[in-house]
Amino acid sequence: MNNVDAILQAGLAAVAAVSDLVELEQVKARYLGKSGEITGLLKQLGALGADERKAAGAVINAAKQAFEAAHNARRDAINAEKLARQLAAEALDVTLPGRGTGNGGLHPVTLTLERITTLFRSLGFEVADGPEIETDFHNFQALNIPADHPARAMQDTFYVVGGDVLRTHTSPIQVRYMLDNEPPIKIIAPGRVYRVDSDATHSPMFHQMEGLWVEEGVSFADLKATVTDFLRRFFERDDLQVRFRPSFFPFTEPSAEIDVLGEKGWLEVGGCGMVHPNVLRNVNIDPEKYTGFAFGIGLDRFAMLRYGVNDLRLFFENDLSFLKQFN
Amino acid sequence: MQFSEKWLRSWVNPSLSSDELSYLLTMAGLEVEETEPAAPAFSGVVVAEVKEVAKHENADRLRVTKVDVGLGELVQIVCGAPNVAVGLKVPCALPGAVLPGDFKIKPTKMRGVESNGMLCSGKEIGVPDEVDGLLVLDADAPVGASIRDYLSLDDTLFTLKITPNRADCLSIRGLAREVAALTGSELSPLVPQAVAPSIDDTKTVRLDAGKACGRYIGRVVKGVDAAAPTPRWMRERLERAGLRSISAIVDITNYVLLEQGQPMHAFDLARLDGGVTVRFAQEGETLVCLNEKEVTLSADTLVIADDVKALAIAGVMGGLESGVTTASRDIFLESAFFAPEVVAGKARRLGFGSDSSFRYERGVDFMLQREAIERATALVLEICGGAAGPLTEAVGELPERAEVKLRTARVARVLGVSLTADEIAAILARLALPARAVDDGFVVTAPSFRFDIRIEEDLIEEVARVYGYDNIPSDAPKSGQRMLAQPEELRPREAVRQMVASRDYQEIVSYAFVEERWEADFAGNADPVRLINPIASQMSVMRSTLIGGLVDTLCGNLNRKQPRVRVFEIARVFKKDGEAFVQPEKVAALAWGARAPEQWGMRAERVDFYDVKADVEALLFPRVAEFRRAAHPALHPGRAAEVLVDGEVVGVLGELHPRWVQAYDLPSAPVLFELDFAALQSRTPVKARAVSRFQGVRRDLAFVVAESVEAAALLSTLRKVAGELVTEVALFDVYRGKGVEEGKKSLALRVQLQAMDRTLNDEDVEAVIAAMVAAAAEEHHAVLRF
Repeated sequence: MNNVDAILQAGLAAVAAVSDLVELEQVKARYLGKSGEITGLLKQLGALGADERKAAGAVINAAKQAFEAAHNARRDAINAEKLARQLAAEALDVTLPGRGTGNGGLHPVTLTLERITTLFRSLGFEVADGPEIETDFHNFQALNIPADHPARAMQDTFYVVGGDVLRTHTSPIQVRYMLDNEPPIKIIAPGRVYRVDSDATHSPMFHQMEGLWVEEGVSFADLKATVTDFLRRFFERDDLQVRFRPSFFPFTEPSAEIDVLGEKGWLEVGGCGMVHPNVLRNVNIDPEKYTGFAFGIGLDRFAMLRYGVNDLRLFFENDLSFLKQFN
Repeated sequence: MQFSEKWLRSWVNPSLSSDELSYLLTMAGLEVEETEPAAPAFSGVVVAEVKEVAKHENADRLRVTKVDVGLGELVQIVCGAPNVAVGLKVPCALPGAVLPGDFKIKPTKMRGVESNGMLCSGKEIGVPDEVDGLLVLDADAPVGASIRDYLSLDDTLFTLKITPNRADCLSIRGLAREVAALTGSELSPLVPQAVAPSIDDTKTVRLDAGKACGRYIGRVVKGVDAAAPTPRWMRERLERAGLRSISAIVDITNYVLLEQGQPMHAFDLARLDGGVTVRFAQEGETLVCLNEKEVTLSADTLVIADDVKALAIAGVMGGLESGVTTASRDIFLESAFFAPEVVAGKARRLGFGSDSSFRYERGVDFMLQREAIERATALVLEICGGAAGPLTEAVGELPERAEVKLRTARVARVLGVSLTADEIAAILARLALPARAVDDGFVVTAPSFRFDIRIEEDLIEEVARVYGYDNIPSDAPKSGQRMLAQPEELRPREAVRQMVASRDYQEIVSYAFVEERWEADFAGNADPVRLINPIASQMSVMRSTLIGGLVDTLCGNLNRKQPRVRVFEIARVFKKDGEAFVQPEKVAALAWGARAPEQWGMRAERVDFYDVKADVEALLFPRVAEFRRAAHPALHPGRAAEVLVDGEVVGVLGELHPRWVQAYDLPSAPVLFELDFAALQSRTPVKARAVSRFQGVRRDLAFVVAESVEAAALLSTLRKVAGELVTEVALFDVYRGKGVEEGKKSLALRVQLQAMDRTLNDEDVEAVIAAMVAAAAEEHHAVLRF
């Protein structure tokens, strides 16, 4: 039986010496295969007597199990090494940039408009739209601005051949909406507007947004609350000071300018007022029954304030280096 | 409107600082745009009289003066000003004085001669004038007096932005009235006294247009010294109101305009032939105005005329020929009320206006004319001497002031705050608005100086203004909230914009008015919508395509060395439609440069038609767009397609025409598209269908066809005959080269088959494929390639 131990020791040494799976299986075949050495020992058992055979069988089986355990352990080790090598070989520089296309983005005035739209939608305001080449009626007369009225500031209006105008404000959208809809009316109306004016703070085309709420019982107090709430949410400052200052617009009465307190003092950010009864009458709404307020703001100006842009012209130069900052 | 605070305070003097006064006016709707001190801070400067002037022994340009500053003995000062002379009164900074810029004056020696102070120019004390040298004061300036007091430099210039409805505040008198109402301070107005006539001379005044001219008052003043100097106090107030002193009589008319708010005019009596008539101009009549412009008048322009000619455009400007000059001896003063609607718009039409037209078109107090002319006469007599005749007054139709009802309940309804009848009555009284209490409120008749009180809301605004907008509550609105409609077949505007941006396009905003050439080049539009008054010739027409703005943005960014440009814009375009206009909204994008940003893991390849086509397809997805070769003025004829959805053209896609690549100096052609915004917004709400549980089959086919066969045509043929088992026919490869004949191409297709009720067997599949192969052969001479 010394023979068994010698064979096992030789087998274990052979297992320990191999480093790949094919060789390992060859070693296994050499010991456990049909004509393997340990198999050979088992074959010889038949020649022994019953008692002897039992004892010898136990020894040989123990050796066989020891060999198998060693073989399995070696196989697992080789597999583990192989996997480790593979993983090491496959490792990436995870800091290399991702592949593929780039990202575009929206214009800062659009971003501003989208924030404002979200705020007003949360209060139940719908978004309305209208044409940019407007009739004199919709842009002026319906808004209580007759021809030759000093408030028309006619030199500011672009005229189109044929007599129509490029809308000078977004207010004609109100007019169109009120002509087509019955109160209650709650809309905001953003869009491009045009005035004959061009310098560091004026662009001949710019963006405005109009708000309008016409319903029974809407008052100046509602106007103050709505506009104040909006400004505080937009600028994300609950303590923002807002003031309403008497002013004049032909289409509202009473009228007010909207100022907010900035670092350098009060800053005008828009105009507002209670819709003038003549305007309501012009769109077939009974001013005795319904009251309403309207307000208008410059979207470009809000974008400038929000994002710290100090020259309006940057919004229209379309310099990608400027625009991509907002992505 | 600009004015001196001191002048206003001579009428009403509330116990408020300048800043407080400014805040009060602003919050009452009279916005103070700017306040500015009349002069910078300085001290220690007094009126001095030059007594002796001697040469400086060591310097040719310097003089040694001795001046009297009221100290009993003369002070020696070395002076370099060219205009220094004995007898002049000038400002003198004594030792200890601090001039603007913290310049301290000390006794010193100048080239060895003692100098105990400095004689000052206007510039040195912050009141620049046009004189080179010392500021020369009037001969009666009191020696030794503080120059700040003497020139009343401790004053503030207010600049107000008066809204068009408040013409009544375009004068010191009107502002004083308003300040008194707002503060409750006492108003001490200067009510002009009637001047007793000392001669009988008059001019007849005839009103031929009584509706346009409600009142015309004239007066002859004879024997005036029109060359007399304007007194310093008047010059000072005029200058601080932004007006230059011209001559005594013109200054007086301007002064009365500023003080009272009544435009005045003075004619040279010698230039008038016969009586004065207020009439409408004859069409084509001409007049040379005071600003030396000759204007041709139209029949709706009101003029002041004598028996032979027009003298002045009523309410706008006098004529050059009949105007008063420093040589005039006898004058005719005019003080009139012209209806706002007669003057309105005239300044714009003429191309020039005046302080008068500015006030008349907004409304001048129609009861003011007599007081104003008396005030002007008194000033003329005081400053220029002469003898005044009696007033001649002609009255036409004056504005009617209707009663305006103000309901207490309506105030609460509009403002959202309940004011009692007593509170309202008190406010009306402070504003001097004559009101009569009635059952449910008040009846108010606007005074003659207010043109902005016509309806109840006008009065509500007055009440709110005095009550204080700040005092109106700002409560969260209490209204029945309703949810907004959310139509699912309409993709939200924000989502569309975001989709384009997420395909790597940067949003831009470009002008809607463009160069006329762009319309020709990019839209083939020879008849664009034109502006009558463009701001510049390269912005003279309205665009009918967004392509020009995109190409221009590309050019601009290439100049700024951008390596890759991908931009888009969403905006309206403008086209004529007979007499009317169509203004659809478009979304357009342009891609130039590499397909992807330069990176380590992809080869840099130039973006091409098919890259941008994929963007278009993705934007329209899940709707399947068709593409049809089409000609477009902006695009390469072989690389342009119309985009169709449900058979309707919704836009174009293509490479910029090589002609424009060259003309616009581009290094290579961009690819661009322009689509109807509405097409990107519309989508069909989903109706769910059953999904097959049986295995599908894929077959790949490769057809060899002539180059001229378009892929879409072959696919369309195959789909037509595919039958209900085929779920997809898609192209996955195009091959030319070895194994394919010259002039032909191989199109490889994937055909997916699946049935709802069973697993397909070979016969099912073969039957379908055979039909497709046969149809392809028949319609396109397509041959299967193995």
